[in-house]
Amino acid sequence: MRVLVQEEPFDLAAETACFARGEGGSGAIVTFTGVVRDLDDAPLEAMEIEHYPGMTEKALRDIAEQAVARFELQDVLVIHRYGRLVPGAQIMMVATAARHRRSAFDAADFLMDYLKSRAPFWKREITAKGESWVAAKDEDEAALARW
Amino acid sequence: MDILYFAWVRERIGLPRERVESNAATVADLVSELRAREERYEVAFSDLSALRVAVDQELTDFNASLSGAREVAFFPPMTGG
Repeated sequence: MRVLVQEEPFDLAAETACFARGEGGSGAIVTFTGVVRDLDDAPLEAMEIEHYPGMTEKALRDIAEQAVARFELQDVLVIHRYGRLVPGAQIMMVATAARHRRSAFDAADFLMDYLKSRAPFWKREITAKGESWVAAKDEDEAALARW
Repeated sequence: MDILYFAWVRERIGLPRERVESNAATVADLVSELRAREERYEVAFSDLSALRVAVDQELTDFNASLSGAREVAFFPPMTGG
């Protein structure tokens, strides 16, 4: 299990290759990557992500441990960035390794639902018109009830 | 204990963290003490349904005990991922 909270970019290809090499017993590896998306109305200049140093690492580790236990994962990787990111930049990734694909997919889905609402990150969008905090969506909170 | 504020809570209160001497038994009691201090706290804590709280870096609720707590953090609902 590897959990990283960092400001600098990560190398998606290298991380995926490294993760895929790690576990011989896994029949399935799923990766998900979150990318800064442009806005519909005004061009996004940047997204700033604030976090709670200390609690962030603990929360991510806790969520990852839950995923390992629940979906019988052989391995899990979570990388989440903070700081100033531009559109197109990779924000975060998760990778899951399991014996079978259903567990690997479900675990990645579970991780994403929990990262959205239970990991202490706050996003702020910066456009030419000004800056605003991204509001949490009710549907993201509701998604946790699936699990 | 140390009190931390994040995102718009930090902006409304005007500082990221402060040390507070308090005998508050619960998070709700601490919030009452803070609200009584100054208008900016009153504004920041006016709608508790818009806030989340962590005690010693564990997410909890406003009824949580502060017995032995060293760090309390207030912030809006999280937007990770």
